[in-house]
Amino acid sequence: MTNDSFTDQPGAAPDDGSRRSFMKQAGGILGLALTPPFVSQAERLTALSRKVQGVSEMRLKVNGTVRVINAEPRVTLLDALREYLDLTGSKKGCDLGQCGACTVLVDGRRINSCLTLAVMNQGREITTIEGLAKGDDLHPMQAAFVKHDGFQCGYCTPGQILSGVACVNEGHATSDAQTREWMSGNLCRCGAYPNIVAAVREVQQKGGGKA
Amino acid sequence: MNEPNFFESPGAGGSVGQPLDRVDGHDKVTGKARYSAEFPLPGLTYGVLRTSEIAKGKITSIDTTAATKEPGVIAVLTHLNLPKLAQTPNTPEGKKAIGAPMGFLPLTSDEIHYAGQPVALIVADTFERATHAASLVRVQYQAAQPIASFLDAKAEIFDPLKVQDGKTPGHTRRGDPQAALAASAVKLKATYNHAINHHNPMEPGATTAHWEAADRLTVYESTQGVTRTQTALSQMLGLPREQVRVVTKYIGGGFGCKGSCWPHTPLTVQAAKAVGRPVKLVLTRPQMFTSMGHREDQTQTLTLGATKEGKLTALIHEKTSTTSPWDNYAEPNSRIINLLYECPNFEAKYELARANVMTSTFTRAPGEAPGSFAIECLMDDLAYQLGIDPIQLRLLNYAEKDPSTGKPWSSKSLKQCYARGAELFGWSKRNPKNGLTRDGRHLVGLGMATASYPVHNSQGTARVRLYADGHAVVQSGATDLGTGTYTVMTQVAADSLGLPVDKIRFELGDTRLPTAPNSGGSVAAGTVSSSIYMAAQDVWQKLTKLAIQDKRSPLFRAKPEDVINEKGRLVLRKDKAKGEDFAVLMKRIELTDIEGTGNGKYGAGYESGMAASPADSGHKDDTAGHSMHSFGAHFCEVRVDPELGTVRVSRWVSVHAAGRILNAKTARSQIIGGSIFGIGNALMEATHRDDTFARYTNATLADYHIPVNADIPEMTVEFIEEHDPYINAMGVKGIGEISMVGVAAAVANAVFHATGKRVRDLPITPDKILSAGVAS
Repeated sequence: MTNDSFTDQPGAAPDDGSRRSFMKQAGGILGLALTPPFVSQAERLTALSRKVQGVSEMRLKVNGTVRVINAEPRVTLLDALREYLDLTGSKKGCDLGQCGACTVLVDGRRINSCLTLAVMNQGREITTIEGLAKGDDLHPMQAAFVKHDGFQCGYCTPGQILSGVACVNEGHATSDAQTREWMSGNLCRCGAYPNIVAAVREVQQKGGGKA
Repeated sequence: MNEPNFFESPGAGGSVGQPLDRVDGHDKVTGKARYSAEFPLPGLTYGVLRTSEIAKGKITSIDTTAATKEPGVIAVLTHLNLPKLAQTPNTPEGKKAIGAPMGFLPLTSDEIHYAGQPVALIVADTFERATHAASLVRVQYQAAQPIASFLDAKAEIFDPLKVQDGKTPGHTRRGDPQAALAASAVKLKATYNHAINHHNPMEPGATTAHWEAADRLTVYESTQGVTRTQTALSQMLGLPREQVRVVTKYIGGGFGCKGSCWPHTPLTVQAAKAVGRPVKLVLTRPQMFTSMGHREDQTQTLTLGATKEGKLTALIHEKTSTTSPWDNYAEPNSRIINLLYECPNFEAKYELARANVMTSTFTRAPGEAPGSFAIECLMDDLAYQLGIDPIQLRLLNYAEKDPSTGKPWSSKSLKQCYARGAELFGWSKRNPKNGLTRDGRHLVGLGMATASYPVHNSQGTARVRLYADGHAVVQSGATDLGTGTYTVMTQVAADSLGLPVDKIRFELGDTRLPTAPNSGGSVAAGTVSSSIYMAAQDVWQKLTKLAIQDKRSPLFRAKPEDVINEKGRLVLRKDKAKGEDFAVLMKRIELTDIEGTGNGKYGAGYESGMAASPADSGHKDDTAGHSMHSFGAHFCEVRVDPELGTVRVSRWVSVHAAGRILNAKTARSQIIGGSIFGIGNALMEATHRDDTFARYTNATLADYHIPVNADIPEMTVEFIEEHDPYINAMGVKGIGEISMVGVAAAVANAVFHATGKRVRDLPITPDKILSAGVAS
């Protein structure tokens, strides 16, 4: 165990360092894989990167509140929300970035939270389904999903709703055909698609609805 | 019927049937609804399965040293050290007692029977550590050559005599089909092939096991039936039923794969026992393809004889499918073929072959979905060959009574479904000739198919607690798969008690509540609603008794049979002005609350007065005087790109008659959902099992395609009003399964109309359209 920034976790170091040394770099690799390799982005990542190993303290700004967790760097944002912050509204449907059930907004942009590490999302504004309503007042997208029955089992629903909010804000809900295309990253096995389109359409026509 | 029923209840006409928003909608759109992997128990640990890479052979050694040394790892459990169960499904008696879907439990021996079979269960303090440690377990195998499917040259086809755990006979025969066929003016024969389908609910299988004492267990389980899981676990553990509690407050879809207790559940329970802490185990998405069953790969051949006018004279059905090394499971395709049309001669036969796969299981509309594909495609071929409109041909063969039993239908409104569907869809504008309708580069096709699903035999129980302040708590241990159970039962309770819906709290999903059947086979809506209605009647009878004994009541000394309840008031049947509100009565006699229980029977047991097993939908459907089925019709328009071979569904109409519809909004959603499930089955869903290694090659949601939003057009759904007094106190048939029946045939028939080419292999992917030689 060398130059570990967080040595206060005895026994937390692995005997076999291969995977862990990969995880040290994973943030940068994942970031590069998910975004076009612009030099500025690579530079930004290099500048921000530091070695994080073992269990460390992370500060995540979720729904406007900074929350502190102690977790390994390999913990995904999704697992940090669900297992460390008890924000179980974000769902794990595949853990492979294929179903969209884990969709959250990071700095207003919709992402699959299973495809990003919690440690990479420090300092960003994370919005989950739990933070969308203003007190007892549902966000217009939430209200539209209830009204149009945009779900059955409810498991894909938080992801659909956050994706719907972003879809409208991106300007990708100007027609039903466009909405269907831009909502196709969120799978719904119960088959609520026509109702989801109806909900997104209504919110779009009423002038959107910022998160 | 001697029992009271909802048709005569003055409460009818209130909330039931209205398009009420889901009562659990708020919790689902705000993230408050907790599913089975979302209970943050103190000391919770994480279980991860390590599964077999080979499909057949023996484990020669398991080296757990590296995994055990990993930080945070609490236990690495294998067949060598997992605590033994009192009983396993590995014997026929054990399987029956447990009600297991598969006659084999992994981690009970060194034998490997299928790829993806669990070989170790790793428990650690975090999910990441358990996952990493699982990758460090070194398993050595002595591999043998597996059998991949019934098509494998090594596979032996056999006659099982019975299928579906003995529930369905392997041979059925009416009349003399061979002689009738030989004498028929028209003969058609076709073979239909079906890919493996996986249910893939969005929520993976999940178990959180918590031993609260050495002999007392609570399991938060993603299951379609808490009682069935309780039965299985209490049998496997050798514990009294009441010491095993199963909780399922929300479930992220099931579609059949959560209808049974699969191996990961008892394995997690035993892991929790071994580590002395609660264990949560969630199947990964790839593990979902090898852990909770599937719809089997199958081929079916249907032979039809008809007169030259189009009247059916004979139907002969043969099905061959893959099953596991232990079980004789095949979904009963022939059931629907036996009764959909009037036909005096019928024969069906099932054949199986064992392969190195887990046992297949019920998948939405088990039997009816593939069976309807065969009969509805062949009827379409017959219509085309004889130059008869497909709907006309179906009307020509309309069964006025059940041909399979000779019994009258309890109700059947199929003609209305055809007529209304055709009207909504614009069927009359359809060019009767194939391959002649174009829209730009696309070939346009219009197809239809019939749907039907039985009302199985079932029963359940419910409890109603009515408070003097005008609210009620209503309970039944049912589950809500997203089908709307929470909502529709709230509506039924409201009307049965004469209260507004916001004064009802309906609780479900817990074995501490009165027993309800599995949500499956479309039995939940009718059974649970009837149970609640009966429990409310129990409350009214008790209150009536109290009123007629109370000198201060306007009903003092009335005869109980003369008192009825009307929207929360007890009144005289013949003088409704005379009576009093239940709250007035209860307050006067200082009664805070009153409790009633009810037993709701559904299907044959209701008409015959016989009881079914409360935890099972059962298959004793033939004890009644009537044949009980829902019916419907699907209409589909497709656009086929002749150059790319792509098929897109561009319009959809479904019209169903399924008895009383409890909530117009959730029912519409359910029909839409089942149709979309069927469109997936028709056009894209296929799990590929490698011929050599018997492993799935596309076990993720990126590779196993289910419909996405862009695949689905606007859809139109209507219901035909139906009053069926024979099926249950509420007159409900259920709609979860029928929504998918006939869907694949409607799509395939539309493709046939568009292209003139008949594709009989599901799914109808672009390669099949192109190789059929569609002209552009």
